[in-house]
Amino acid sequence: MSVAILHWSLLAAQFLLSIAMLATLYRMVIGPRAQDRILALDALYVVALLLLITLGIRTNSQVYFELAMLIGLLGFVGTVALAKFLMRGEVIE
Amino acid sequence: MKRLFPHPLLAVILLILWLILQQSAGLGHILLGGVIAILASLAASLIIPEPLIVRRPLKVLQLIVVAGLDIVRSNIAVMLILFSPRPQPTAAFIEMPLKLTNTFGLAVLACLITATPGSAWLEYDRERSTVLIHVFDLVDADEWVETIKNRYESLLMEIFQ
Amino acid sequence: MIDDLPLWLSILVSVLVVGGALLTMAGCFGMVRLQNFYLRIHAPTMGTSMGGGLILLASAIYFTITRDRLIVHEMIIFLFVTVTTPVTLMLLARATLFRDRIEGNDGVPKRINGDQQ
Repeated sequence: MSVAILHWSLLAAQFLLSIAMLATLYRMVIGPRAQDRILALDALYVVALLLLITLGIRTNSQVYFELAMLIGLLGFVGTVALAKFLMRGEVIE
Repeated sequence: MKRLFPHPLLAVILLILWLILQQSAGLGHILLGGVIAILASLAASLIIPEPLIVRRPLKVLQLIVVAGLDIVRSNIAVMLILFSPRPQPTAAFIEMPLKLTNTFGLAVLACLITATPGSAWLEYDRERSTVLIHVFDLVDADEWVETIKNRYESLLMEIFQ
Repeated sequence: MIDDLPLWLSILVSVLVVGGALLTMAGCFGMVRLQNFYLRIHAPTMGTSMGGGLILLASAIYFTITRDRLIVHEMIIFLFVTVTTPVTLMLLARATLFRDRIEGNDGVPKRINGDQQ
């Protein structure tokens, strides 16, 4: 019983997060400008991280934790580099 | 001692984070984490020359509680606006003068304002010490500025200045 | 999946996870619905502040109870995400302001010290 509750609510949460990912993907594709796409990419990283955490609870394993942290780190560095590129036209000054 | 520990607080925080990440407090982890924390704080002293001094540690807890409640409240408010059939938020740019000048205080204030959904810190002018903020759903600009000043700025000035 | 769970734990974790996912989805939904960039910059902070916080809290509670020891390393992700997202958003907002001013778009405040343009 309690396992079923957890199973279905995790499924619902993953469904909601997938819709969120689709929404950010939509914004990333239609733009209209570069900064909109980068903002959408940043949101996409965070949603992917949260999706991995729910996957970790679902499969009852902690392997996904490292993956989630790696996505968080790479997402931060990537977005900062892209934002700097928008501002200056180069990544490393 | 001063040269080995330019940022003692940063080193301690890094060590605690390392131990949480390793999920153990064994001697080996403490030693390795300590070496990493000291090296990282030495590296940080190259880019953060001024020392970080927290004058009122208890006020930090108060700040966390106040900011947490604010974040929860504004999350719900922004969610209600976004799920309404036709979202018509009255967005506005606000220019706000600040008395706070400490670098760390400003950094914390910027992170808090941006982390709260519904307000975003855009740019800070050091010469005139004013900041440009974008507010998602503005009702009264003066009241909003007063809230930030009373709730956060005074607290941060007590902590850092 | 695990075979047996206390009922309160599964309900608590369910509520936290679904609540967090709903908040995150509301934020990303805003990315689609809102009209301009400065409005949209508020959308991802919902996922990173409370939405992400609730899901990570659920994960921490679940693993602490099922593994019978304190597991709080989700806290590191939460700290990292809440500290770094404002940084990226600020950089992005400043880049956008800079570009809008160069292009001379409407509805953008002038540079505050005014002597740059």
